[in-house]
Amino acid sequence: MHWPIDIIVLTFVIFCAIAALSVKDLLGTAILFGAYSFLMCLLWTIMGAVDVAFTEASVGAGVSTVFFVAAIFRTSRRTKD
Amino acid sequence: MRILAFIVVCLTGAFLLYGTSEFPDWGDPNSPASLHVAAYYIEKTYEETHAPNFVTAVVTDYRGFDTMFETAVIFTAGIGCFLLLRDFRGKKEHYYHHIPTGVILHIKDEKKSLTIGKEFGYMDKEWVPPDLINKTVCRILIPFIQIYALYVVAHGDYSPGGGFQGGVIFGSSLILLAISYDLKTLVKRVSERLLGIFAALGVLIYAGTGVLCLVMGGNFLDYGVLAPLFPGMADHIRALGMLVVEIGVGIAVMAVMTIIYINIVSEGRHDEGL
Repeated sequence: MHWPIDIIVLTFVIFCAIAALSVKDLLGTAILFGAYSFLMCLLWTIMGAVDVAFTEASVGAGVSTVFFVAAIFRTSRRTKD
Repeated sequence: MRILAFIVVCLTGAFLLYGTSEFPDWGDPNSPASLHVAAYYIEKTYEETHAPNFVTAVVTDYRGFDTMFETAVIFTAGIGCFLLLRDFRGKKEHYYHHIPTGVILHIKDEKKSLTIGKEFGYMDKEWVPPDLINKTVCRILIPFIQIYALYVVAHGDYSPGGGFQGGVIFGSSLILLAISYDLKTLVKRVSERLLGIFAALGVLIYAGTGVLCLVMGGNFLDYGVLAPLFPGMADHIRALGMLVVEIGVGIAVMAVMTIIYINIVSEGRHDEGL
């Protein structure tokens, strides 16, 4: 069975989520969201849902990170709170 | 206030975690999700549709109506982004560079403009000199990304992937072109009008296939009745119908992703960006 990989990846997912919330630099948050999506993609693959994993990799880790970066480019890079 | 929000979040999380304890085990054959239609799909999909990847078969054939409206949602997202962000007013200031000497001109009068040609070139306000390594690597990489995207769309019923993923990959190859060169290069090659037409065309291909099935005397999106149009492919007709629909989804998603990127990065002015 692959439960040790499961637990390692899940730990990283939670770590990425908390880091994305607490980092003040929004560009860093966008990259952390990309990492989060990629780790979720690994989780879907472990569970055998390859189609969902493919979507997560292309949309979540790929194009939405670019959209975040584009939005940050046109607004501000630091959060107010 | 922050402490209150923290408590609310923790309580909601605790309730959600408590809820998951009622869930069936992973891969449990007696769970509600695997009791009703799942067994039918697993046993009959290949016989009925000849599509080896039955996730695609469920998504675009058995539940084709759902996916059609998902494509419509993507289309609506593109339209919404266009209507919210598009700004037709144009820039007030223009920057040019004189190509033989490299002198930069800054024109503040919005009515005056220079013709762009061999002598004067256009320039962005936040101008970064194009990096030779980035440009060359991306120029070599983009065709391979696009071929891969077409592969993903075409093999949607054989392997993981399909129109949505393939369209996103194709759209990101266009975005890569805009990032590695500049936004003007992309807008010059793929015009806004073309992207709009593609976004609508994708949805039209999907819905049109459904209507074609109605005309041929079947139900909406019942690809089986299209067999007379493709002689000699009667047993693969449903897989073929899925492919047509996937191509529609791919075109729509590709166009919409590019529209969203261009509008966000240039604040709707389509002149300069990342």
